[in-house]
Amino acid sequence: MVPMSYFVALSAVLFVIGVAGVILRRNIIVIFMSIEVMLNAVNLAFVALGRRLGSMDGQVIVFFVMTVAAAEAAVGLAIILSVFRNRETVNADELNLMRW
Amino acid sequence: MSPGVFIFLAALAVISALGTVAQRNPVHCLLALVVTLLTIAVIFIGLDAVTVGFLQAIVYAGAIMVLFLFVIWLLNLQAELRSAPGYLALKAIAGLLSAGLAAELFVILWHAPSAAGAQAVAPAGYGSIGMLATTLFSDYLVAFEITSILLLAAIVGAIALARRIPSARAVAPVQAAAETPVRSEVA
Amino acid sequence: MLIDLLIEAIKAIIVVVMVLNLAGVLLWFERKGSALIQDRIGANRASITGLGQRIGLPNLGFVNTLIADPLKLFTKEDFVPEGADKFLHGLAPFLALFPVIITFAVVPFGDVVKIGSRTITLQAADVSSAALYILATIGIGVYGVALGGWASNNRWALLGGVRATAQMISYEIGLGLAIISVVMTYGTLDLQVMCHAQGGVWFGFLPRWGICLQPIAFLMLLIAGMAESKRVPFDLPEGESELVAGYFTEYSGGKQAVFMMTDFAEIVLVAVLITVFFFGGWQVPWLYRDGFHFPGGIHFGLPQLLVAILGLVAFMIKTIVFCWLQILIRWTLPRFRYDQLMRLGWKGLVPLGLANVVVTAIVIVLASGAH
Repeated sequence: MVPMSYFVALSAVLFVIGVAGVILRRNIIVIFMSIEVMLNAVNLAFVALGRRLGSMDGQVIVFFVMTVAAAEAAVGLAIILSVFRNRETVNADELNLMRW
Repeated sequence: MSPGVFIFLAALAVISALGTVAQRNPVHCLLALVVTLLTIAVIFIGLDAVTVGFLQAIVYAGAIMVLFLFVIWLLNLQAELRSAPGYLALKAIAGLLSAGLAAELFVILWHAPSAAGAQAVAPAGYGSIGMLATTLFSDYLVAFEITSILLLAAIVGAIALARRIPSARAVAPVQAAAETPVRSEVA
Repeated sequence: MLIDLLIEAIKAIIVVVMVLNLAGVLLWFERKGSALIQDRIGANRASITGLGQRIGLPNLGFVNTLIADPLKLFTKEDFVPEGADKFLHGLAPFLALFPVIITFAVVPFGDVVKIGSRTITLQAADVSSAALYILATIGIGVYGVALGGWASNNRWALLGGVRATAQMISYEIGLGLAIISVVMTYGTLDLQVMCHAQGGVWFGFLPRWGICLQPIAFLMLLIAGMAESKRVPFDLPEGESELVAGYFTEYSGGKQAVFMMTDFAEIVLVAVLITVFFFGGWQVPWLYRDGFHFPGGIHFGLPQLLVAILGLVAFMIKTIVFCWLQILIRWTLPRFRYDQLMRLGWKGLVPLGLANVVVTAIVIVLASGAH
């Protein structure tokens, strides 16, 4: 039987991979996908700890996180489409209109 | 879940997550992300969270990722060239910070008193759709109702943002040129 | 322990082999069936260098379709178009076929078989959340088509792929709502339990099949299933008169054979789902585990093995009837236009499915005494 800290460690590793993706990639869609990796890492931690405590709360929270991630993906991708239509680029470095 | 299965699934999840953040072609990134999501769904099922595992496969890997795929098509994203030079400092700092974050998380979580007790047998019906529904509709009813309104707002917002407004300003130059009637040839 | 593993492996192999064989036989069904409907003869000539004809053997049509056709497909040149993504182009057909085949793992083909002291259920994987598993695999099946269309570097393929993806994700909702209604009616996600619950009779003679309880869900499953497998009248993504061949324009040889096999395996899948959910699965009317109990009190005792085999045969017959129904529909109806298709999916099936779920819930609460 695998101790619970292994699952949480896996969740930490996936989270860090997601963070590295957000910082290092320039393409907005790939940044978005890295955010999804981070969300899934957190879901894994929730389910693992919920299983450890024997309570269903972890899974219910994962259910809500999934729903919110779906809503966020829809709206975020719509924003990216609008930005692309106006600026013709998805490179995060070139979208610097509001920078000083 | 036996250790061998866990090691295999963990390795698969980490390798496909690395593939997601490292691939140059966005569609390859998406495929790697789908593999990550399905691996995590299998891990959920191994942790007795059966319903949530299948929901992860249905909702996340089956619907949200198809949405991503559609946007990649619409934007016609090609594979990126070799990363632009001059980002070495950024990459070094980012690498250091990521390693720092990883070390911090390990220190906090590994010594947490959660190593024991994972062998506990799950309560009867744990993770089944009946128990999930009971908890959802009794303890978390308000959150459930608010989430449904959130989804409605997201649908309306996404359509409003992504709609093409048929005005002269928003029309792309190629379309404007195509729509302009050619008068010079009709004498 | 090892014997258990062996039995599971044998069941899995039998399921996969049966499905692939049935997909191949359906190809012949389709050609001869369409010929029957269109008042012509269909493909009926096959010979190797004219040998059969020279020694006077009659022409055998099914030899053409079952042997010569696959042989031709697999020995054709397999090319990847210029500028296409080689990895995705090669992966897409198998990505399309794999989810369809693994869906058959949870389908119950029969009741238990008692060999010696073991009781073996005729189901490759006894999963208690089988209905969710089916929805998950149908959801994954979108990727093969999507990537096949995109990876071909061909605008008709891309257009076909985009249309196919949009169509599949739209009708998944109708499919899911139909399955939800059935799950609510039987109170379980497990397919074997659903088949067991469809045994017995009402009023002494009417079999307790699901179609009597959920007729609207049956229609929705039939329509959504045919739309998911992109059969006519929903075959705009591969419309032969419009998009060359849609998303599998740039596929030839073995990969095209795999795409075709996906098409036919999905026909079998939809037929199997309809059988299990609405027509009792392996239940034969008036047949119980110890023999026949006809209305009127007549009782035939039968050995357990014979009962299991009768159940299996009944399942196959029902599946073939629904495969035939889908082939019949294909060669009768013209193709839907794309906006008609989308309108049917979103404005027709989704509200109907939701209304069905609400009515089912009300009836269940009222029938159980409204505690």
